[in-house]
Amino acid sequence: MCRLALKTANEPFSPYEVLEAMEAMKEGYDGSGLGLLLRGLEFEDFKYNPRFPILSGIAENKKSWKRLDQFMEERGYELKYDHKFHMDRSHMDGKDRYRYFLRAYRMPEEFQGKAMEDREGELMQTRLALRKDGEAHGGDLSVFSFWPDVAMIKEVGWPLQVGNLLSLHDGQIKSRVCMAQGRQNTNYGINLYACHPFFVQGISTMTNGENTAFVPIRDWLLGRPFEGYMGYQSDSEVFTHILHYTLKQLKLPLQAYKHVITPLSLKELEAHPQGDFLRGLRNACKRLIIDGPNAVIGTLPDETCLLVMDHKKLRPSTVGGREGVWAIASEMCGVDAMIPDRDPSLDFQPMREHTVIIPPDRKEFEIWSQFDQFPLSLAA
Amino acid sequence: MVPIRSVPIEPGSLTYHDLPWIIEHREDRCTLCGQCTSVCPKECLHLTYRRQRMPNLDVLSSKRGSEYRTFVGIRQKTDMTHSCIGCGMCAMVCPNEAITPTLNTVENRTLFLNNQKGEAYKRGGRRNTSGPTLLDRIMFDRISMLTDPALDAGRHEFTVSTTLGRILSPEEYLKRKANGGWIPPTREIFPFVIGSMSFGALSPNMWLGLLQGVAYCNEVLGIPVVMCTGEGGCPPWVLKSPYLKYIILQIASGYFGWDEIIRAIPEMQCNPAAIEIKYGQGAKPGDGGLLMWYKVSELIARLRGVPEGVDLPSPPVHQTLYSIEESVMKMIQTLSMAFDHKVPVYPKISASTSAKSVLNNLVRNPYAGGLLIDGIDGGTGAAYNVSMDATGHPVASNVRECYLDLAAQGMQNEVPIYAAGGVGQNGNVAQNGMALVMLGASAVHIGKYIMQATAGCLGNEQNRCNVCNVGICPKGITSQNIKLYRRLDPDKVAQRVAETFMAIQTDVKKIMAPLGRSQSLPIGMSDAIGINDKDAADRLQIKYVC
Repeated sequence: MCRLALKTANEPFSPYEVLEAMEAMKEGYDGSGLGLLLRGLEFEDFKYNPRFPILSGIAENKKSWKRLDQFMEERGYELKYDHKFHMDRSHMDGKDRYRYFLRAYRMPEEFQGKAMEDREGELMQTRLALRKDGEAHGGDLSVFSFWPDVAMIKEVGWPLQVGNLLSLHDGQIKSRVCMAQGRQNTNYGINLYACHPFFVQGISTMTNGENTAFVPIRDWLLGRPFEGYMGYQSDSEVFTHILHYTLKQLKLPLQAYKHVITPLSLKELEAHPQGDFLRGLRNACKRLIIDGPNAVIGTLPDETCLLVMDHKKLRPSTVGGREGVWAIASEMCGVDAMIPDRDPSLDFQPMREHTVIIPPDRKEFEIWSQFDQFPLSLAA
Repeated sequence: MVPIRSVPIEPGSLTYHDLPWIIEHREDRCTLCGQCTSVCPKECLHLTYRRQRMPNLDVLSSKRGSEYRTFVGIRQKTDMTHSCIGCGMCAMVCPNEAITPTLNTVENRTLFLNNQKGEAYKRGGRRNTSGPTLLDRIMFDRISMLTDPALDAGRHEFTVSTTLGRILSPEEYLKRKANGGWIPPTREIFPFVIGSMSFGALSPNMWLGLLQGVAYCNEVLGIPVVMCTGEGGCPPWVLKSPYLKYIILQIASGYFGWDEIIRAIPEMQCNPAAIEIKYGQGAKPGDGGLLMWYKVSELIARLRGVPEGVDLPSPPVHQTLYSIEESVMKMIQTLSMAFDHKVPVYPKISASTSAKSVLNNLVRNPYAGGLLIDGIDGGTGAAYNVSMDATGHPVASNVRECYLDLAAQGMQNEVPIYAAGGVGQNGNVAQNGMALVMLGASAVHIGKYIMQATAGCLGNEQNRCNVCNVGICPKGITSQNIKLYRRLDPDKVAQRVAETFMAIQTDVKKIMAPLGRSQSLPIGMSDAIGINDKDAADRLQIKYVC
């Protein structure tokens, strides 16, 4: 089963710390890929303005690299920073990649004064257009994210090996939030886009376990009139999209996510203070009920981090840490590796009704239960 | 040679091996008790005197020749009115295993003569096709073997209920909830519904047994089974009882029984589960209901508001001043209004190449609570044989294309699709039902299977029995003759209903558990099924496996 690790801290830290946690959890999975998301970025050689969107991906050859350049220029983006990884190709055992890129852009002028929604739409459209362009050219260009203050890396292989390949230990990049997934190959084949974390409009999640309700959920999301709901190389991508749908389209609070993916039973809802509303929500969102066992770990644009699990997760993920720095990992040893100097007796393993939310202030984490009153004025 | 004029033959004369069922009778076992002749619903058995030659086999004597004895035996009549239907009641009552009907596999010449008196052949039952159905051949092949193990069907907690009624899109739900708008009523029900069999088609004892069983499933076993009345109303005492919530009231083109229903509305203790508007039936598409005069007893006549002993053929369509589309819309709206918009209303149509158009009409009708598609393999109490055998559309591909059509619009399950017609034809009721669920149905309706499983209906696809239309059901299931239906003990039917649904529930879990599904019914989980027929796989857009 996939291994997951997330660390969030007030002080930016190297992603290599999280990769070391992946190494601590290496037993029991086949390490067929790594996905890495960094949020709250700090570059050693550039004073980054967190308003600039960062385009993350891989160009397989010179041609696609040029196409990318040209495309962005024509679309009106001004390149502000082009991060170059210090590559140690001795760690490369798959096919050689021409260029891993993280490039910060200034948005086209016509978007400067525009509403947030339009800007977010444009960023997603650009990412999707580039992805499509890569796919149309035999997959010579992969784009994982295009969003302010977010960088993503995905590669096939052991997490630490990928970290060494890109010299992530050299302190060139640091972030306040880092989430990593060591991928266990499931039945959907190895494909870089199939690697967690998944990303849509600033919202990102990663999951372990298999979602057996994948196909009906995918079919439903594909029917939404929203272009970002696409891809689905992995059964776990729907978790990200459901979170996006809950927060951005339905405009419900984060606590509602759990009620959408794993609603309480009708009997439990009878006793719930907002049973009537939640019963209706359960009905309306029935097509988004997941069927795990799954642990979903995610981050939001404001650096909020979350962990939810479903009914069937027998081996819970753990959250632990101290004020200012918190870690979530699929195995307890992962939390140990990321924050050894904490009080492990205060670690928490959520049960099926819990959502763990680490707010951006990182003072303490919140344990919210589905049985609690729903924090929505509408429901009152 | 005997002169031809001395042989009593007519164009319609038959002998016993021309009949579909041949009675095998063993004189050496028969005690002439007469139970078989009295139970035979077709009165096809009669006592006859026969002569038997006793050859004289004394080899030492030069005397040759035969002696004869006379005995009383049982023979079958060979005229069409009394031809054996193979029900096997004679074998069931014989204390001595002396008699049984066997299927004539050589030739059945009644096929050419079943139009006596110019009447086209009518019967009950299902389309007479035997062997595994398409649904029987669907396999659940996506077993959780890798990341997560399959679930324990016996110990894990499963949600196997489904929604009856219109489901709003999440956006619309939130909008209406915020503005105090109307939220369409829904019910959480067991996905196997007892399909529409009318009070009239079924005997009072059968109906009572079903209702008792359904109430027991709901109130004691916690399995939320609902049943549909069919066209013919509902006994007034049921309408005014708390059991009405387990009943889907059907309105069909004859509107039988609706005077009673409308009059009972002010006195109803609870709302019915739903209203089903019948526009078509899989067994006899484009044809109205048919209750033949044999079954219009005093009770039925009173309930339906008609004279006794007349045929009750409902028209093929609802009588309306409007176009069909408009009438469907208006009828759904009217019935929804009659019950204060608190009861889901959905139409039932026969599977057809035009099902998608109906569905798209319903999508735009906010009061439509679903669509029931009834396939060609569905059963009926009475229909013309040609309608049953040759008219209609199989349910599987029809349901699938409707589901995919909704999926393309991002509206799957908003207008839930219910499927019927041939579910459990060969006894594989849970397998058939779940295959349809994974093809996109939100629930299935079962009628014939329920009669077979709960009351021992003898009908099958070899045309065994299938005389539901003329009210001579030897088990008393589809008869209005008290001498026949008192054979059926309602308490025992109720017990069988409970047993049947308990077993279906276990089977459903046994299907869901290996797929790793437990949180919700796997509607449209088409990645979980495969079939060993390439053409069918392509048509249904599922995997071909071999």
